[in-house]
Amino acid sequence: MSNTEIMIAIAVMSLVNLFTRIFPFLFFKKAELPSSLEFVGKYFPSIILTILIFYTLKEIDFSLYPYGIKELGAILFTIVLHLGLKNYLISIFFGTIFYMGLVQYL
Amino acid sequence: MKYSRELKTAFKISIPVMMGYTVLGFAFGLLLVSFGYDWYFAPLMSLFIYAGALQFVAINFFNVKAGLIDIAIASWFVNLRQSFYGLSLLKRFKKTGKLKPYLIFALTDETYALLTTIKDDVQLKKRWYYFFLCALNQSYWFVGSTFGAILGANIKFDTAGLEFSLTALFVVLCIEQYKNLKNRGPFIIGAVTSIFAFLLVPTDKMLITAIVLSLILLFIFKRKVENE
Repeated sequence: MSNTEIMIAIAVMSLVNLFTRIFPFLFFKKAELPSSLEFVGKYFPSIILTILIFYTLKEIDFSLYPYGIKELGAILFTIVLHLGLKNYLISIFFGTIFYMGLVQYL
Repeated sequence: MKYSRELKTAFKISIPVMMGYTVLGFAFGLLLVSFGYDWYFAPLMSLFIYAGALQFVAINFFNVKAGLIDIAIASWFVNLRQSFYGLSLLKRFKKTGKLKPYLIFALTDETYALLTTIKDDVQLKKRWYYFFLCALNQSYWFVGSTFGAILGANIKFDTAGLEFSLTALFVVLCIEQYKNLKNRGPFIIGAVTSIFAFLLVPTDKMLITAIVLSLILLFIFKRKVENE
């Protein structure tokens, strides 16, 4: 994207993002929510986070050597770290360092 | 200073967020310039968008030259959860007057988590205390991302693999979601629709395809998901 296109994209994202934050204050003054919205609100965050994991891996070609082993290995490493130490900073930081090591030195 | 007590308390509570936001913001800035984009987009985005996951995903939008409508729809879904934060804060924000617009704008996952876990201290002027907490958190994110972008643009070091910080962030958030929800259904739906979109549509349409399909599946399997 050119710099102008990026500026426009940033403006669009800023507005949409603001809208998601303002939405309840505009439409639900009494804090009552339709049950279908409540249902989506409860389960959708888990879905979107799962999708985003895949989305970040979209450039990886799993049919070519090394078949995404580095990515899967680094994900596994991050999961183990997080379950063990329960500190999200440590998990993200060392998970990334681990992956960078795999990509740069193997 | 008039509200130094409020500022002090807000600062103390915000320290964990400070560590998280500066490091993650730094990674974001570094990643952005590693693709050759100008450094000042990092502070600009941290000032006006101020949403971690969305800013990381934005780098992908730039790379694939995504259309504005796709960007708008995908952004809305990525940040849909934020709408549900506001709902539980309607009462709390009622008497915040002129500070309210900023408090609403600055409502990130971490800020929400702090705001909702705070015990009520009657001596504190609530609205200023909220304001300082929100503003401090955003300043950490702003400083971290600006620093990362400037440093990344001027010092050459091998950033290959740095983009994994985004994957790691989502993996960690997913684990935390599972701990709260104790329900596999949504994760299975997310994985199945992602793989489907991954195999069948071009990468720049993947996100929106997976989102729409997963919403359809979520409603088809509503009973099953709720009863798990």
